[in-house]
Amino acid sequence: MSKLGNLGARLHRGEVGYDFVGNRKIWYGISILITITAILGLTVRGLNMGIEFQGGAAFTTPKKMSASVSQAERYAEDASGHDAVVQKLGDGSLRIQIAGIDTDKSDAIKTKLAKDLNVSSESIAADLVGPSWGDQVANKAWEGLAIFMVLVVIYLAIAFEWRMALAALVALIHDITITIGIYALVGFEVTPGTVIGLLTILGYSLYDTVVVFDSLKEQTKDITKQTRWTYSDVANRSINGTLVRSINTTVVALLPVGALLFIGGGFLGAGVLNDISLSLFVGLAAGAYSSIFIATPLVADLKEAEPQMKALKKRVLAKRAQAAAQGEPAESQVTDRSDDDYDDEPEDAAAVVGPRTQPASRNRGRGRPSGKRR
Amino acid sequence: MAAPKRGRSASAQSKPGRSLALILIAIVALTGGMFASGHTTPRLGIDLAGGTSITLRAVPEKGQESAINKANMDTAVDIMNRRVNGLGVSEAEVQTQGTRNIIVNIPKGTNSEEARQQVGTTAKLYFRPVLATEASVGAAASPSPSASGSASSSPSSSASPKTTASSSKTGSATPTATATSQGRAASDALKADSTPSASASASASASASPSASSSSAASAAATKLEAQYTALDCSKKSTQNTAGKGAKATDATVACGQVNGVWYKYLLGPAAVDGTDVKKASAVYNTTTAAGWQVTMDFTGKGGDKFAKVTGELAKNTAPQNEFGIVLDGQVVSSPSVSSSITGGSAEISGSFTQEEAQSLANMLSYGALPLTFKEDSVTTVTAALGGEQLHAGLVAGAIGLALVVIYLLIFYRGLSVIAIPSLLVSAILTYVIMTLLGPGIGFALNLPAVCGAIVAIGITADSFIVFFERIRDEIREGRSLRPSVERAWPRARRTILVSDFVSFLAAAVLFIVTVGKVQGFAFTLGLTTVLDVVVVFLFTKPLMTILARRKFFSTGHKYSGLDPKALGAKAPLRRTRRPSAPVDPKEA
Repeated sequence: MSKLGNLGARLHRGEVGYDFVGNRKIWYGISILITITAILGLTVRGLNMGIEFQGGAAFTTPKKMSASVSQAERYAEDASGHDAVVQKLGDGSLRIQIAGIDTDKSDAIKTKLAKDLNVSSESIAADLVGPSWGDQVANKAWEGLAIFMVLVVIYLAIAFEWRMALAALVALIHDITITIGIYALVGFEVTPGTVIGLLTILGYSLYDTVVVFDSLKEQTKDITKQTRWTYSDVANRSINGTLVRSINTTVVALLPVGALLFIGGGFLGAGVLNDISLSLFVGLAAGAYSSIFIATPLVADLKEAEPQMKALKKRVLAKRAQAAAQGEPAESQVTDRSDDDYDDEPEDAAAVVGPRTQPASRNRGRGRPSGKRR
Repeated sequence: MAAPKRGRSASAQSKPGRSLALILIAIVALTGGMFASGHTTPRLGIDLAGGTSITLRAVPEKGQESAINKANMDTAVDIMNRRVNGLGVSEAEVQTQGTRNIIVNIPKGTNSEEARQQVGTTAKLYFRPVLATEASVGAAASPSPSASGSASSSPSSSASPKTTASSSKTGSATPTATATSQGRAASDALKADSTPSASASASASASASPSASSSSAASAAATKLEAQYTALDCSKKSTQNTAGKGAKATDATVACGQVNGVWYKYLLGPAAVDGTDVKKASAVYNTTTAAGWQVTMDFTGKGGDKFAKVTGELAKNTAPQNEFGIVLDGQVVSSPSVSSSITGGSAEISGSFTQEEAQSLANMLSYGALPLTFKEDSVTTVTAALGGEQLHAGLVAGAIGLALVVIYLLIFYRGLSVIAIPSLLVSAILTYVIMTLLGPGIGFALNLPAVCGAIVAIGITADSFIVFFERIRDEIREGRSLRPSVERAWPRARRTILVSDFVSFLAAAVLFIVTVGKVQGFAFTLGLTTVLDVVVVFLFTKPLMTILARRKFFSTGHKYSGLDPKALGAKAPLRRTRRPSAPVDPKEA
């Protein structure tokens, strides 16, 4: 604990910190790159839709099969190259469903299956099956998604402000694009589980973004009443302030999913579990990443375009220039005075953690010629 | 470590103790309920537990071989899905196989008899004139089988303000109005699509149908039926489905039907119009008259004639004999009243429908219009689609993952894990118990996606106390002692938790309302875990923190308490000794 606890303390006091907002262009760049890769993967390779969506072939074997379900699953996957759903029926026969097969291919697979399973190929009945997730289910899911997005944007615009709502939406789309892209690239079959994984990510991504925004909102409440920090400074500090929480939450959320993906999938064989845990793992990681590296800097960008914030920035820069011109001694004065300022504030505001104890302020402008900061 | 402490402090008279007691009682009560109900494991979905697979073969009506086509089959799948999925959380699967088969997979533990009945029975739709109807409330014996004294008064004028003859109808009603009659009256009123013409209604129908004749034709069969009607109690679940089963189209029958949540029993005449006489039915929103959602029906030529005739007959009667029951599979799904003969081959049913009700009625009417019947081809059990090995692997991996979480929390939060781990535990117990109870309750079935939702919920639950703990630590770093820190940290942590959980809950609620099938099941899990997260944080994590903050181990910031000011790098209250830090100036744009 002590290491991370210390880090927490130092982050809290602003002794260390990463300039998320300042370096945002790098992260925007990385995200755009990943997103483009994802979209390319999606358009070039396309999604491998599972039997639940596109239907496929169903093979029914004769009664009293000796092969186990998992054996049959392996055979079917070998024969077809697709994920197979195998169920044992009451009379001991197997129902093997394979996605995305047309009639001519189904004969070849039937022959191969028959050979693997040691039965004559005539005894296997083949039939085309329709999707169990018809268009209606999928359409309804999209409809729900659209309604949800509209509602959540409205809610965030009311609870926070429209800029944050917009940034949260961008982060959300970012996460979902990346996850879908990875699906296309890895070539896993899209099952209902995947769709549900995606919906889970949607919830989690927004959840995480909202937690970060909540701290941002709190810290920037009285931002125009001071002249030491620009919006970006405060935004950055707010990210750093919640960094330990973000790390902890992400680790705790990823540990079970990671176990499912790497232990469950890696050692004990692939399958549906892999599909879902991969989408969850990628999505959760992307969700945590985007709230810090994308959403908040984006809010800062949007905010800085506001006339009010522009004015504030001007004042801040002017003050810093002045402080720099006065040199070292003046600087410590500045620090002291500002500390007093904060002590005079009502309790509520004083607890705004960042500005109160920013040692960085001492160094602000030190050794830097003013006016060249842009 | 947590248990004895909790026990002792729960007896404290303060508020945190009460919250803890409350949640403990809730857990005990729910767990007790779970054991009392006899279901100690959640009902598993078909992907985890297997179930019953029913293959249905479509049989076309005579001379309508072309009726087996994709569109009709898809409609049938849709309707069956609606039927078996009821609340949307039971996870049944419906799909087509080949060109004329439909497979319905029902998870283990569902009443497969009932499900077979739902999907397997020939869905037959009839329009039967209502001879008598009455609300079935409890086991109340009905005073008389006769039509006149029935509880259902005529539709109030508000229900069908545009119906031409509505005033006369209202006037003629025998208002033995009970509390239930009102809801019923508001629900259905049939109005003519076109201007009523007197043509068809004038001639008395020679067909076996209507109303008024039944009382006079005191045949033995009728007497027997009336006795049956008297005895019928539609408030019993078992009779609701079976009462009208198997009645021949040409015979009078009894049936049950639900209107606005109240069950009514009906004495119905022979079928006047067949479901197949309906060409098409759809739910439309009437924008011109602001009547809200309506169901429009188009009849075939023959059906239109029949319908005109029967409505003409019915319109002459008083309530409830001016109603006809739309009977699907022996159950009355709607019983609109008629005020005039409806000619022109189309009609609309208006009333205070919601969109869903209108659509479901339209669906049923369409289904009745499908010239298909379904025959059970085979019924067999199926094993889980997700092999047992997979499930086992998943459970092992999940357990390892949880162990890692516990280790992480222990390392990072040390003493605080006394709060963190039980918080997770309480959350897990509540989720498990509620899911288990909902199995028999609303047919909730836990499937793999739901399990995944629950795994992600670990993150969301953990986040709540992580946010809280970090807030407390921040306060301690400010130089406060523990107890004020806790009280100051809580309001803010609470706001963060509520705001972010609200977003999650919004997602769950929207998805639950809008979607169908598995997505709905998932949304349910997400909503449940989100609500439980809030409950656990408010009633468990925070009170426990308050109580533990009084203990010396935590308040003095013991090395292993996870709240050691020194380890957290708290500053001395006044004098700060900070070394110049690394250059971390946030740069501005």
